[in-house]
Amino acid sequence: MLSFIARRLGLLIPTFFGITLLTFALIRMIPGDPVEVMMGERRVDPQMHAEAMERLGLNKPLYAQYIDYISQLARGDLGESLRTRTPVWDEFTTLFPATLELTLAALLFAGSLGLIAGVIAALKRGSLFDHGVMGISLAGYSMPIFWWGLLLIMCFSVWLGWTPVSGRIDLLYDIPPVTGFMLIDTLLSDEQGAFADALHHLILPAIVLGTIPLAVIARMTRSAMLEVLREDYIRTARAKGLSPARVVFVHGLRNALIPVLTVFGLQIGALLAGAVLTETIFSWPGIGKWLIESIGARDYPVVQNGILLIACLVILVNFVVDILYGLANPRIRHQK
Amino acid sequence: MSLLDIRNLSVRFGDTNAIPVVDGLDLSVQAGEVLAIVGESGSGKSVTMMALMGLIDAPGIVTADSLQFDGTDMLRLKGRQRRHIVGKDLSMVFQDPMTALNPSYTVGFQIEEVLRQHLGLKGQAARQRALQLLERVEIPAAASRLDAYPHQLSGGMSQRVAIAMAIAAEPKLLIADEPTTALDVTIQAQIMELLLDLQREQNMGLVLITHDLAVVAETANRVCVMYAGQAVELGQVPALFDAPTHPYSEALIKAIPEHSLGATRLSTLPGIVPGRYDRPAGCLLSPRCPYAQAHCRDQRPSLDAHERGAARCFYPLNLTAEVA
Repeated sequence: MLSFIARRLGLLIPTFFGITLLTFALIRMIPGDPVEVMMGERRVDPQMHAEAMERLGLNKPLYAQYIDYISQLARGDLGESLRTRTPVWDEFTTLFPATLELTLAALLFAGSLGLIAGVIAALKRGSLFDHGVMGISLAGYSMPIFWWGLLLIMCFSVWLGWTPVSGRIDLLYDIPPVTGFMLIDTLLSDEQGAFADALHHLILPAIVLGTIPLAVIARMTRSAMLEVLREDYIRTARAKGLSPARVVFVHGLRNALIPVLTVFGLQIGALLAGAVLTETIFSWPGIGKWLIESIGARDYPVVQNGILLIACLVILVNFVVDILYGLANPRIRHQK
Repeated sequence: MSLLDIRNLSVRFGDTNAIPVVDGLDLSVQAGEVLAIVGESGSGKSVTMMALMGLIDAPGIVTADSLQFDGTDMLRLKGRQRRHIVGKDLSMVFQDPMTALNPSYTVGFQIEEVLRQHLGLKGQAARQRALQLLERVEIPAAASRLDAYPHQLSGGMSQRVAIAMAIAAEPKLLIADEPTTALDVTIQAQIMELLLDLQREQNMGLVLITHDLAVVAETANRVCVMYAGQAVELGQVPALFDAPTHPYSEALIKAIPEHSLGATRLSTLPGIVPGRYDRPAGCLLSPRCPYAQAHCRDQRPSLDAHERGAARCFYPLNLTAEVA
């Protein structure tokens, strides 16, 4: 198991460099530079522009800029935003809990519902329920997130008035940030009804963000479960006289979870990417919205390091999933 | 009273008009008896036993006049009542041990599961008993194997574990469905010996489903030869081997390679088991039978008792008193 973890860790180093190179190159490929954006595109005084570029170190050749960037990273310095002059790390840590809260809520929604729907669909294969789940999940998977989000806002917020349109909490409440998680902070504060209000704000974005993972997890669970239920060891389990529930959940689901877990890990990456759109639609003050704004402002340090941090997070999550995968599947764990 | 008494068992897949995979089978096993069921692939050997265990799922349809096991009609039992018997008094060992064990759980867990379910053993008591069972099925270093996963075991070891699971609750009848087919020849004999040891020791009934007539000749008390879902001959060992009364049994015995020593070709029975669309109107063996007569092609014979057992044939072989 230890060598398994060590090998996984070894793979991280090239991945890490790949990401720095990509973000560094991509943001510079977008026309316009930070100074232009700050000053407005018209009537940029060439001299002021050149001075500003020099001050920011953006007039050096690209390779020199990249070396500067890497050596800065090596010192553990993520730089500061060109717009706000706040350290990137501080901005990130302030905004990240909002994204994490949304992502976890979406994952909880997608994971629980997806597993249940997938298992039932597999058990009732060919039934109306099965066809329904498969049809709906195909639709869910093909749904453009921004359109789906707007549709739900129209329906539940505008017409029915059940949920708020945007934000994390109503402006009436003043919640001191303790953990950064609104649900926890509202519970810690004395404000009446704040928790319910925060929950109300969370529901719709979480559903929108969780829709694609829900579809993927439901379909994956169903097919994995169908495959596992055909296995000889399921017959053995039934021949032991075990209850159907035990056969399905202890002997079936445990094995079906192995491929589902992989998909789950991959979906977390997709969730963080999807959060960019969802946060923008719901004005959710998280990482996604922050990155979109920074790209617009060509805020190089924020975009480079913000994406790097998110990428590290996705890598970390997949790393954890790999370890869980090893725990769930003894055949992997014992590989030399 | 017999330990197991199957009357007119039929298994169909699809609807009640489908061609039966098992067709009106009668079979009995006495306590402590070894019954071998032989026949080529697709003759309904395994399906018969799966039906008894309640392992046939939709679209399979099981019908029978009775499926008496140890005084209980298995056919009329509800799920929960059936599960009190299946895995306890009536248990089964399957063909391919490498896939019959759950890859995600340790050997100990899978054995203890049976002990917990049927004997109410828990914790250390269950573990101790599981260890004894592994020792009983002659697994070396049994204590360390309790925590092994199936992929760490060889095929022979896995089959021993599967046997340990099957005998964990001391069944009255053990069904072994081609228990050695998937194993190395060197291991096959050991596993058969183990099964027979256990059978004698616990005086349990043993139904041995097999292709291997040599094994049958050495181990079984009685044989049921199946063809296309029907029992075509019932007889004692070794009488059936010395003088088979059904042409199909005769062909099976002739097909043992040792019987073709010196010949340039192995003896075979030409043709294949009739399928869904070419099922003969008469005797099911008639298209392949070297002795078939016009009468055989029109009429289905019934399984009729004779001096040494029973045969489903109008013109049984090797009988002293000619029938018909």
